[in-house]
Amino acid sequence: MDENKPAFEKLTYDLTHHIRVSKGFAAWMTFLVLALAVCLFAYYQQLKTGLGVAGIRDYVSWGMYLANFVFFVASSLIGMLISAVLGLIGMKWITPITRIAEIIAIAFSAIAGLVIVMDMGRPERLGYVFLYGRFQSPILWDVTVITTYFVLSFLLYYLPMVPDLAISHKTATTLPGWIKPVYRIFSLNWTNKPEQNEVIHRSVRILLILLLPAALSIHTVTSWLFAVTSRAGWDSTVFGPYFVSGAFVAGSAAVIIAMFFYRNNYKLKDYLTNMHFNNMGKLLVLVSLVYLYFNINEFLVPGYKLKRADAIHLHDLFAGAGSLMFWTVQIGGLLIPIFLLLFRKMRKPLPVTLISVAVIIGAWFKRYIIVIPTQEHPFLPIQHVPLNFKVYTPTLIETGITMVSFILVLIIITMLSKFFPVIPICETAKEKGIENIHCD
Amino acid sequence: MEETPKDKSVEENHDNNKNGEADKTKATSRRNFMKNIGLIGAGAVTGAAALYSGHIFEAKKEKSGQSRILLTQDNKLVEVDSLEMKYLEKSPSEQMLEQGREGIPGRRWVMVIDLARCRNARRCVSACQEAHQLRPEQYHLNTLQMQDSPKTAPYNMPKQCQHCDNPPCVAVCPVDATYKRQDGIVLIDNKRCIGCRFCIAACPYSARIFNWFEPRDAEKYKDQPYNVELNVPQKKGTVSKCLFSADHLREGKLPYCVSACPNGVYYFGDENEDAVTNGTTKETVQLSKLLRENGAYQLMPELGTKPRVYYLPPKNRLFPFEPAKDEQPEKV
Repeated sequence: MDENKPAFEKLTYDLTHHIRVSKGFAAWMTFLVLALAVCLFAYYQQLKTGLGVAGIRDYVSWGMYLANFVFFVASSLIGMLISAVLGLIGMKWITPITRIAEIIAIAFSAIAGLVIVMDMGRPERLGYVFLYGRFQSPILWDVTVITTYFVLSFLLYYLPMVPDLAISHKTATTLPGWIKPVYRIFSLNWTNKPEQNEVIHRSVRILLILLLPAALSIHTVTSWLFAVTSRAGWDSTVFGPYFVSGAFVAGSAAVIIAMFFYRNNYKLKDYLTNMHFNNMGKLLVLVSLVYLYFNINEFLVPGYKLKRADAIHLHDLFAGAGSLMFWTVQIGGLLIPIFLLLFRKMRKPLPVTLISVAVIIGAWFKRYIIVIPTQEHPFLPIQHVPLNFKVYTPTLIETGITMVSFILVLIIITMLSKFFPVIPICETAKEKGIENIHCD
Repeated sequence: MEETPKDKSVEENHDNNKNGEADKTKATSRRNFMKNIGLIGAGAVTGAAALYSGHIFEAKKEKSGQSRILLTQDNKLVEVDSLEMKYLEKSPSEQMLEQGREGIPGRRWVMVIDLARCRNARRCVSACQEAHQLRPEQYHLNTLQMQDSPKTAPYNMPKQCQHCDNPPCVAVCPVDATYKRQDGIVLIDNKRCIGCRFCIAACPYSARIFNWFEPRDAEKYKDQPYNVELNVPQKKGTVSKCLFSADHLREGKLPYCVSACPNGVYYFGDENEDAVTNGTTKETVQLSKLLRENGAYQLMPELGTKPRVYYLPPKNRLFPFEPAKDEQPEKV
């Protein structure tokens, strides 16, 4: 055991040495907070003047905020795919990625709720949803499942980390003094007793199983916000799986980008290896293919029949005002990434990360395409209204308010990954067969 | 009267605590104690007196009052002394909210729009915007220039909330801010609306509008009590739409748009009575006959919304179709 001790010490060092207030971190946080202040001023303008400061009007009344909300819910879904789906079927290689996936799930699902509040005409009446809530409305379903998913994701982030916190508190030499009490409190007196491990193990397993229906629900219900209406482009029975599969695409890309960042900035090359990027690349191809399949269903079937309202909508997407965005997103954000990722060389860390950036940008604009053009083509003509009622153009203030959500997500991700181990210590030790007295 | 035993018991407790001490000390400590609790004692006297007088008052009431039997909200009969009955004052806005939820019993309001008579005078539109304090680009009622297919004739079509019997907007509202009344009208309570605009997304007739900014004349009407049946004053950040002029119906008048029309386009009435009145000629006709003889139809009935507005097709038109001039600004 003694000759193994340095190996475990090295492991603890490798996975915790980034936990300190570095200059880079301070500069980054200062930037985020300043940017947040500027963008919050935009929200203040909206509160003062009304939702009219955004480009949305009576016909396109759900704009960028709603598209962004869908994107946030989508990105948060990756926690379920990595931890629950791959975890429960016993994939070993995901060990160093699970916590990254949960960080992304927590950050995006927490802020998704906030994004919706920013879209409300009277945000001070948020409490009415609980006071007068009607369970017949899909909004109530959404509130319920997103809250549930957030709690489950948080527990799945926290519980497996309890042993890591205890070990770091005890053995990590580089841990800053001020954070030690935090670690002590949150490690819940974990001392590697068999019954403690049993509790954690069983709870995590139950959480993983519960996470499956909760995660499927959040994005299915979010898709129903659109699919329960009779509008062309939303009136679809495949919207649930279409949204869920799209969510896995966005989430996988987000995880790959995060992995690349941690690998380089936290010096985790030995833990987030080429193999992990290769596998995540394969996963991204798989989910993208599934998404492509649903895209074909979603556009080809109504496109074949060309019912009156569908025809107007699809014509706009395929060859009209929305066509540039539509084809850029479908080709640049889906088809080309699928093609490139089929090659092993493209699944190396740098190329797969660059492809993921394209995918995630495409994913955001895809939500925009799902939400906005449909409302520009209602059943009855739009007449006798100002031009900006007919064509939706996001405003600067609206963009600033949308940035609030991204800044907050980055703040949450930064705080969680900077001050807590990003890669599970105990599980990695077990995975690598590093024997130690601290955990089993 | 009541304070004496209370003080005594306190003293006794005190004595017990000091058990085994000399009498002299005991007396001194009692004096000190009395001094210390002087304030509390005074308070107790006042409190007890108040309680006692309250008790006397209650007893008096029981004796002299006459009882009445009343029905409570949960359908229970209760006997209440008439002196104990307290009449609850409701604010005008609350009263209107309450009756606005109920609707007018026994009625099933219905509108018939004769497209043959519409020449796009838009008097209905301005009367509506005036009554509901709307900005020029806000429409509860809009007249659209329609053409169903390239070869068919264009026509003018007034379009407002269809007051569907299966309203998609009401189904999706998360807070019961928009609701269907027993008389068929779909209303919005803008004191409840959270501004999520799900109802706008769900309405296939684009009948709903939103107060993106402070409403027109917000300052002028800010002290006016909210009338849910007129949806004024309008409120920033909430949804609005046609209300079939529910306030006018309660007064036995025709809706604003119906009375304003110079060309006899609108009929309005009660399906239960099978009678509708033309707003211009004031002529009352049999609803079923009017619908039957003129080939009446509804807007997009295939969506299953069951509208309460009927259209008579634009046959034998009274006026030639003229393309409408748009007087809206570029941007609002």
